[in-house]
Order: sequence, then structure tokens, then C-alpha cells
Amino acid sequence: MSLIDLSGNLLEVAFIAYLIATLLIGGSIKSNKPDGAEKRANKWGNLAILVTIIGFLSHIGYFITRWIHSGHAPVSNMFEFTTAFGMFLVGSFILIFFMYRVTALGLVALPIALLIIAWAGMFPQDVTPLVPSLQSHWLTIHVITAALGQSILAISAVAGLIYLLKDVDTKKKGKQRFWLEAILYFLVLILGNIVTSAVFNAVGYEAQYSYVDKNGMSQEIIYNVPAIFGMNESATLTEGAMDPMIEVPAFIHALKLTTVVWAIIVGTILYILIRLIARRRIADMLKPLVKKVNLQLFDEIGYRSVLIGFPVFSLGALVFAMIWAQEAWGRFWGWDPKEVWALITWLFYAAFLHLRLSKGWEGNKSAWLALIGFAIIIFNLVVVNLVIAGLHSYA
Amino acid sequence: MEKNVCVCGHENPVGTKICVNCGRPLTEEAKSQKVLDMKYDGSAIRSKTYNKSIVDKVWNFFSSVKVGVALIIITLVVSSIGTILKQEAFVAAGNEAGRAAFYEDSYGSFGKLYYTLGFSDLYNQIWYLVLVAMLGISIIVASIDRGIPLHKSLKNQRVRRHESFMKRQRVIAEGYVPSSDSSKVLDVVEEKMKKLNYKVRRDGEALLAEKGRFSRYGPYINHVGLIIFLIGVLMHKFPGVYVDESMWIREGETRAIPGMEGYFLENKQFIFETHDNDPTTAQIQQGVNAVAKNYQTDIVLYKQAEDALPGQTDNLEVVKEYSIRVNHPLEHNGYALYQMDFRLNELKEMSFQLTNKETGEALGEVAVDLRNPKKEYVIDENTKVELMEFYPDFSGFNNEGEPQTLSPNPNNPAFIFNMITPEHPDGEISFVAIQQTVEPAGDNTYKMAFSGIDTINMSGLTIRMDKTIPILFVGGFIFLLGLAIGSYWNHRRIWIQQFENGQIRLAAHTNKNWFSIKKDLDAITEHAHLPQYIDQLDDEKDKDKDEENDQEDQKN
Repeated sequence: MSLIDLSGNLLEVAFIAYLIATLLIGGSIKSNKPDGAEKRANKWGNLAILVTIIGFLSHIGYFITRWIHSGHAPVSNMFEFTTAFGMFLVGSFILIFFMYRVTALGLVALPIALLIIAWAGMFPQDVTPLVPSLQSHWLTIHVITAALGQSILAISAVAGLIYLLKDVDTKKKGKQRFWLEAILYFLVLILGNIVTSAVFNAVGYEAQYSYVDKNGMSQEIIYNVPAIFGMNESATLTEGAMDPMIEVPAFIHALKLTTVVWAIIVGTILYILIRLIARRRIADMLKPLVKKVNLQLFDEIGYRSVLIGFPVFSLGALVFAMIWAQEAWGRFWGWDPKEVWALITWLFYAAFLHLRLSKGWEGNKSAWLALIGFAIIIFNLVVVNLVIAGLHSYA
Repeated sequence: MEKNVCVCGHENPVGTKICVNCGRPLTEEAKSQKVLDMKYDGSAIRSKTYNKSIVDKVWNFFSSVKVGVALIIITLVVSSIGTILKQEAFVAAGNEAGRAAFYEDSYGSFGKLYYTLGFSDLYNQIWYLVLVAMLGISIIVASIDRGIPLHKSLKNQRVRRHESFMKRQRVIAEGYVPSSDSSKVLDVVEEKMKKLNYKVRRDGEALLAEKGRFSRYGPYINHVGLIIFLIGVLMHKFPGVYVDESMWIREGETRAIPGMEGYFLENKQFIFETHDNDPTTAQIQQGVNAVAKNYQTDIVLYKQAEDALPGQTDNLEVVKEYSIRVNHPLEHNGYALYQMDFRLNELKEMSFQLTNKETGEALGEVAVDLRNPKKEYVIDENTKVELMEFYPDFSGFNNEGEPQTLSPNPNNPAFIFNMITPEHPDGEISFVAIQQTVEPAGDNTYKMAFSGIDTINMSGLTIRMDKTIPILFVGGFIFLLGLAIGSYWNHRRIWIQQFENGQIRLAAHTNKNWFSIKKDLDAITEHAHLPQYIDQLDDEKDKDKDEENDQEDQKN
């Protein structure tokens, strides 16, 4: 077995371990019948953490073997970065777990890590050689520190979501109930995105089209999902492949739009199915799992993870970024979209801390802010990398 | 100045919420609180105390955290607008009209609006700078406004606090210790607290254990760092502090370096390499054949001799030889030269054979250096070629039928030759461009037959000098230091009093991380057999929620 195959296998082991750990945590919370329940819950919880750690070690194994194989830190393309982000998220969860000893945190942290890793799997997984601008030890230092900072910050959203699942009254109609469910619906959409990609990959769907780009040049493109939207002046090259249903102008990337629309369609179907089968909101389904959590403690965990993550993020995403930019391009700051969004993320968490310290935004408000912060981080990962073109674009 | 005299006799500055000496709440608001608001330790904040003069009003505006947060959010939202479309800095078009056209052509009417509103160069707009400056002022004013009173209050802390203070802390305990421990309980606590790295002070039967007070200064330290950083950024506007130039240099050429007085650069060769990997999935999807591996310019840096005249290039002294690569700029004397761009295979020289069209006999070869074309090229006594006109970047003919050139760069060279041969001593005129020949006089005997090209690589370099870098570095370092101090440490205080009847009263406060101070409290409670503490804020909400849930369960 070659090193790169081993690396892939280790990642799969990690994925499966996280899946098992999630179920174990579910078990640790479910089994709270009076007779010695606490003891049993602890046992399940400890087992869950053990499995999580095994998964995490395997995940690190993936990271190191891939690093050795490719000769550079595996954070240089969308697949590698996203996988690493998932790894740091689990690592942050383990760190916070050992500080506060609450397994319930894993109930949200691990499924989100699973979603992130599965989503990463949608991108080409082969090792890409580094372009000159990435050939620097700052790639390792800057990207890893920034991803680590983001993942610790993300834990505050994990704690926030658990807080809100318990705190928000889902019996009464209201904004909070709506938005809480909207977040869970969004997570189902990501699942829809993954499912679509996995299904069409499994059946080996491929269709090639030619199109005219915005500079008037003729280009070709391969779709791995049936084309809902076609590129500008699209012509079907693969025989028997469907013609795109709707053609869009050149400044819109039809393939990306198609992918998003597929995710929405499949995700919405999944969501409706869940609702039909359970006859409840997802928030209501999750409520029993979090009813024993201590709100005060989860509020503090959320705050603490911002406190821990914010300096790491500042160091990695701003300070190291500036040092590298100075070395590579001769200017420490260039208003590239990714730089701007790192600044926006930083400003947001600065606002979070000031609101908390001086305006007393704790508990419910703080939890919502943590979720907005995570939305910005995900926006950085998805939209800034794939949609907004710039120096940092992975697309 | 007016004073606010507490019952204990201490004179507090007006606006003080909690007496600095004994801790009694002074304002009605504080008195009504079940748990005291310990922000800034209840000291008198200027902005909360005065609101009469214009100065007060301006001061209060900028010191307000509400205003500060609003400024942060506005900056955040405005900044994001600048990422919707490409910024002008990333648009190739050289002039204003070109840029305006770019936005309209690429993004339609939205692009035009975006350009008109100035969003296409958002981060250089004066209102954006004003926004950042206001944020800077807010940071300074708010830090002074809160920082100084807080410092005074922390410095003057008394050990003994009044009951009304103790009972209004979030974590409190009251009760008795087993009588055997009673007499030495404070000694035991003191010893244990010292082991936990607390600083302990005693005042009779009162004890104050304190830890991590310096962490309260973290926010103020990081604000100082931010201000230093912003000052560094502002200094870019001063002349002589910042140099940003660029140059194109061909292989074999030696040129003066713009912005770097007295220095010359020779480009020995430009190297472009690609990875020899099998195409990856991403490459196939995007139709990219090869991935770049290296952009490199091998250079020699020269310095003019001390006594040289400006522009004099004959006795240059070699300073150093270097290979400039991406991520590896040439650094010298505070200046740095970066590999930014390149052009491969730029046309350097074109060769032609002066050929008889009928016989195919060649009279000789003419090689035109496209950067330095000569007026005439002599082949022998009776034969020569005059270059009458040269169009380096030929773009077609205008309405009068005159050839046009787009630029002085030899991208698409065209020539008007006058071929002087023994047969035609007055010469025959021919217009020659790539794959195109026009003979204005009709049928020529001779032609300029294209026989070869010579190309050369060009390297695009950027020259930068930034004297503010050390300031930015210091600012960034202080910022991170302050951030770490404020985030990773916290200020914990535990007050304990023992009364004559042996009763113990305990109160604890931390600015953050209640979880950890409770662990400390657990340790001393167990060690010194203190009464169990309670958290006055704890679980009120949880209890409500839990009750709700239980009711739900029963219903189900």
C-alpha cells in the first residue's frame, strides 16, 4: 500500500470513528433512566470520547502521511483545507471537552465535523503541485494557525446551538424558532449537496459542454451533475447528454449555480421527508437530547472558546498573513477578497467580545452571535474560496 | 471637585458606583442590584458622569461602547461591499475611462453603478478612511475613559469590604466552620490560596486573595498596539516613507532601478519552469495543461560609483548576484525587489531576405532589432534597405489608409521598407506586416522575405521600500500580547471575613471564566472546611427550563 492510499484509508477510519462516537454520545444522553443512569451515561460518554480520540489520531495520521507524500503541508487546495478544518474542529472539541468535561458538546461538534469532511470529499482529492506563490513555509504556518483559530471559534457556535436548542421555546411561534429551524434546514441542505454529488459520482455521470466565456473565448467544461443551468452559449459535446434547461449569461458560472440548485432541491426533499416521518421540527427532535445541559455552563463554554480562538485567529489569519504577504508580494495588505473577509471575521468577533463585556450580551444573544460568526467562517470557506475570484481562490 | 462621600467616610469621585474603600454600593441602581455590576469595579467613568460641554459630548460619543460597536459593524458591512466585484487595483485597464468601461462591460448596469458610487476603489475612498479613523479615535477615547479609573480602583483596593458589597457578589458563602478549625481558618485559607498562586492580603479578620490582576490591563494593551499599528498605516501617506515602483527588464539588459537612486539591475536570464506531474482532476476540469513551478530572474545588482554623475553607467560596482523568485525577494538596504510578472518570447529581432520574386535569388539578409530599429541596412554598395516607417504594434489602417500602432511594444511589428537594388536605385516601397504585404506602387521586383525571428524573455519586478514595517511590527506584537493577556488570564478575587462569633462570610468575583474560580473555591472549601458557596445567578434559567421540560415529559 502506498503512502497516499494509507493516508486515504486513515481519513476513512477517522470518519467512521466520528460517526460511531456521535451515536455513542447520543446513547450516553438517551440512557437516563433513574437506576444507575448517571453511571451508565458516564460510561457511554467516556467511550464516545475514546472513539473520538482514536478517530482524531487517525485523522492526524492522514494529515502526516499526506504531508510526507506530497512534500508540503496538506492545506493547499479545497479538499485538503476543508479536511484539515474538520480535523481542527474535532481537535478543538477534544480540547474544550477536557476543560469542561461535557460530552453533549460532541453531539453537535461531531456531526458538523462529519458534514465538513464529507463535503471536502466532493472536491478532487489528488495531490496538486504547488504554484510558486504557495512555495513557502508560511503556507504551513499561516494556513494551519488560521484554520485552528477558526475551528476554536466554531466551537462557540456549537455551544451556542446547543444553548439555543434548549433555550428557544419551540412551542411558540417566533423569530427565534424560525431561525433555529432555518439553521438546521441549512445543515440538511449541505447534506443534500453531499448526497447529490455522491449519487451522480456513483453512477459515473459526466457530460461535456463547450461555452463562450466572458472574454469571448471558447472553453470546455465537464458537468458531473445533470445541467440545470448551461454556461453562456453552451453546446453539448457528450452524446446523449441532456441539454441544459436554462442558459445563463457569461458572468454567472452555470455549473456552480447548478450545484447550488441541486443541493437545494435534494436538501429540501430530505428535509420534507424528515418532517413527514418525524412529524416534528428538527429542533423539537433534538430538544430531548439537550434538556439536561446546564445553560450557564454552555454560555461560558461559548464565550471561552471565543476567548481562546480569537487571539489564535488574529495571529494566523491577520498577523502571519501580513508577514507572508509582505514576503511574497511586497505589501502586507492588498484588499484581496480573502484578506477583507478575514478582517470582517475579526471585526465581527471583536464586536462579539465588546457586546458581551460592556453591553452584557450573554446567554441567548451571545449564542446567536456565535452562530452568525460561524456563518461568516463558513462563508469564508465556501463563497470566498469558490465564488469570489481573488488571489486566494481555490476555484 | 465634587466628591461623593460614602457612609464609611471615604471620598469617592463623583460618578463612583461602588465605594473604593469599603465596597458599599453608592448609586440607587447599584443598591437595587442583587448581584453588583462589577464592570470597571464600579469606578467613576468620565463619560458616564459629565455631559454638559461640547467636549463632554464629543468625548462621550467616542467613549461609548455602543458607538464603538456600531463603528465596527459599519466598517464590517462596508468592507464586505468591496468584495462583491473586483476592486480597481485588480483591473488591468490603465486609465479611468478604461476602468469605467470595464465595470460596465463586465457587470452591466450594476457594475456601472458600483463604479459610479466609488465601491470599485472602496478602500481608498475618503469616507472609508474617515470610518477607520473614527474607529481609531473611539479606541483611544474609550480606553482612556475606562482604563484610568479602573487602574486607580484596582490599585487602591481595600481588603475589608462592607456586607452590602459581599452579599451582592455573584458567588457567596455564609456559615460556620467546625469549631476545631475556627481559630486558624484564615491561616489555613491563606496557605492554601498561596499554593494556588493567589496573592493574599490580610487586614485583621478580613482576607483578600487575588490572582491575575494584570489581565485586566490586557484590553488596554491590545488597544495601544492597534493604535500604533494604525499610526504605522497612516504614515504610508508621508513622502519618503513608502516606495512602490515597478519595472520591466529584458534578458541581457541593464537598467536603473526606479525609486532606488543610484542602483542598476542587470537581468541575466529569466527562468520559467512547470511541474512535470500527471494532470490532476482539477487541471483536467479547468483545461490547464501544466502547473507553474518557478518564476525566477537571475540578476546582478549594481551601484553607481560615489563620484558618478546621475545616469552614468560606465564604472558600476557589483553589489550582489541573486536569483529573485516568488517568496524570495532581493533585499538590499531596506529595499526589496519582487518577482511579479513576466513575458515570455517577446519579439526581439526580425530577419528578412531581400529576395528577387522571380528568380528567388537573395541579395542579402537584414535583421531589424525591434527595440532599436536602424534607419537603413546596407548590404553592399548598390544594395541597401531603408526602414521608412516602423509600427511596433500594428493594428490596421485608419480611414486615410495610414497604418496605426497601438503601443510602442513590438507585439505585432509592421514595416515600410524602401528596397534599393542595382535594378531600382531609387528603391521600391513595400509595406510588410506579419502575413501581409502591400505594394503601394504596384508590382515590385523584390520583396522582403521573412526569414526568422529572435525572441527574448522579459521579467516584471516590483520595487518596494516601507519604513513603517518596524512600527507595524511593534504595534502587531503589542496587540497580540495584550490580547493574550486579556484572554488567557483572568482576574480572580476572593474576599473572606470572619466575625467574632466565628461566622464566615465569603464572596468571590472573576472578570471571566467562572468555571475555574469555582474549582479554586472547591479546593479551599474542602481544605479549610468552609461553608458551601452558592452562585446567585446559577441555573435560575436552567431551573425554569428544566421545570418546563419536566412538565412536557409528564404530558407525554
